[in-house]
Amino acid sequence: MSPVKTSPTGRPLVKLSAIRKSFGPVEVLKGVDMAVEEGQVVAMIGRSGSGKSTLLRSINGLERIDGGVIEVDGECVDPGQIDLRALRQKVGMVFQQFNLFPHLTAGENVMLALKVVKKQDKAATRAAAEAALAKVGLGHKFDAYPSQLSGGQQQRVAIARSLAMAPKVLLCDEITSALDPELVAEVLGVVRKLAEEGMTLILVTHEMRFAREVCDRLVFMHGGRIAEQGPPAELFDRPSTPELAQFIGMVEAR
Amino acid sequence: MAYSFDFSSLLDYTPVLVDGVATTVALTAVSTVLGVALGIGGAAARTSSVKPLAVVVGAYVELIRNTPFLVQLFFIFFGLPSLGIRLAEWQAAVLAMVINLGAYSTEIIRAGIEATPKGQIEAGASLGMTGPQIFRYVVLGPAMAKIWPALTSQIVIVMLGSSVCSQIAAEELSFAANFIQSRNFRPFEVYFLATALYLALAVALRWIFSLMGQRMFAKGVSRA
Amino acid sequence: MLEFTLWDILSNLLLAARWTVLLSLIAFVSGGVAGLLLLVARVSPVPPLRIAAKLFIEVFQGTPLLMQLFIVFFALPLIGIETSAWTSAAVALTLFTAAYLAEIWRGCVEAVPKGQWEASASLAMTFPEQMRHVILPQALRIAVPPTVGFSVQVVKGTAVTSIIGFVEVTKAGTMITNATFQPFLVYGLVGLIYFALCYPLSLSAKALERKLNVAR
Repeated sequence: MSPVKTSPTGRPLVKLSAIRKSFGPVEVLKGVDMAVEEGQVVAMIGRSGSGKSTLLRSINGLERIDGGVIEVDGECVDPGQIDLRALRQKVGMVFQQFNLFPHLTAGENVMLALKVVKKQDKAATRAAAEAALAKVGLGHKFDAYPSQLSGGQQQRVAIARSLAMAPKVLLCDEITSALDPELVAEVLGVVRKLAEEGMTLILVTHEMRFAREVCDRLVFMHGGRIAEQGPPAELFDRPSTPELAQFIGMVEAR
Repeated sequence: MAYSFDFSSLLDYTPVLVDGVATTVALTAVSTVLGVALGIGGAAARTSSVKPLAVVVGAYVELIRNTPFLVQLFFIFFGLPSLGIRLAEWQAAVLAMVINLGAYSTEIIRAGIEATPKGQIEAGASLGMTGPQIFRYVVLGPAMAKIWPALTSQIVIVMLGSSVCSQIAAEELSFAANFIQSRNFRPFEVYFLATALYLALAVALRWIFSLMGQRMFAKGVSRA
Repeated sequence: MLEFTLWDILSNLLLAARWTVLLSLIAFVSGGVAGLLLLVARVSPVPPLRIAAKLFIEVFQGTPLLMQLFIVFFALPLIGIETSAWTSAAVALTLFTAAYLAEIWRGCVEAVPKGQWEASASLAMTFPEQMRHVILPQALRIAVPPTVGFSVQVVKGTAVTSIIGFVEVTKAGTMITNATFQPFLVYGLVGLIYFALCYPLSLSAKALERKLNVAR
């Protein structure tokens, strides 16, 4: 477990203040405050419907918030902004369903945004893609199509795809939940490596053991609010809210 | 050359337009009833175990679906008299529309029938029902519910297609429009209005069919 | 009364059928290009574009092709464009085709999983970039069978252009009938010519559909 980190600039990399979000009549986020320092690894846990995925997705603008302020790397994210291009180059996302582009090879999946968004030339994109795939252990699968890869391999390509854009923070939305159990370890291994190298990570996860071992901070959400947050060991061993105690009991009973 | 639009001249011809709309609606209504009935029969034939019947009906369907309605209409109106069958304009129009809709309905209804889960048929059979009884009481209702959107869509297409019946002097809306513009020499205004009326009819039809669909097929059970 | 052989009639019809084929091709290709533009407007995140496209499609799908043709035929001169039957036929059929293809293709775009939009958005791609590199390539595969199927409607649609005097196979049929007084034979042959053009297209569409369902 790493010591408490503070970013060189002294301000948090990601700062969420008083975030509110409703889907129709249902209020899913009821005023959430959260700050993530550079280099921190934060895990968000909670039962379905607690709002954790919604909160995560609002950081890169996939969900538009109804109230509150999101700041990433010192810049405010304007909820009314249609073009979130600049923001999304700083914030990467990996999805539960991988969402690889099926008509492109693994290498092409990684190269696409580099070519189209960052406008890099062919040689540079190829080099960057090869490096990213090598980093996740799939350098040899550059020309494979997603349909030819296992779930774990596809998810690792998805991670490489986001990494190639050199984001400042990586959001992971239950990235192992859709994987067969035996494939979960290879993906978590990559995430662990990224954490050790100092990547800022915010993960929504059900993998409690992983959260305990790798994350600096655990955030427990319940009913659209942050009920508890702190170092994982503390929360797991001495939960201060009954909701968290029940949640941990539920999860460990699996 | 500047052209001044003058829609007011159309007001004098309101009765003609109303007659035209009424005729279009009447043609569509009659053709729908007969055409869908033909479609049900055709679908039954196509899914029956009597092979020659299925093949003949199949040929009819492919022939109609791969030739233009206008040609079918001309064939019936101009061609049949040489076989001794003389039809009035509206009769030829209805016949052509029925045969046309019948073919499309056969295909649409057949798709609905073939989508019936096998278990339903087996249940009917084990209750001692005969083939025709199973078709009537078990298969047809749910099939109609499933294909309602596609079928009603085709009916709207046939209604719009009735406009070419003006070519054999059936006095529907397009014919009325032709008549008016030959009198007031304002083809743009006349056809614009006629087109708007067709659009209104199409929208109204779709809305009515939608309501009917909800009433008949609520809760996924047909009351037909 | 002159004697006409079967071959006289058939050869004339076949010659006219060339124009049917040509008009169909022109309408299908330009309608395809226009339809693509219309599609992008229809799914665009800019509301005025989206609404305008929706209206266009609703109008062309809710009115008879004959009326569309007449309006083009009578409207073009008003804005100074010289109309021949050819031009009007081509323009009207192109607009008709564009509306229907845009709607068919919209269904195909909507069949592309939402996750593809989210992943490409997360990679900071703009809407045009998403469409061009991620969504349209996938939608294209799904779109092939219904697009081939619609080509049949285009060929059949050319028949209506005979009414404004464009000499394709139906108009030739009418003219020949007036000369030979054999409507049954002539229109029968006309029908067969259309069938010969359309049936292979229908069969291809069905075969492509089957292939696509197997691949999924």
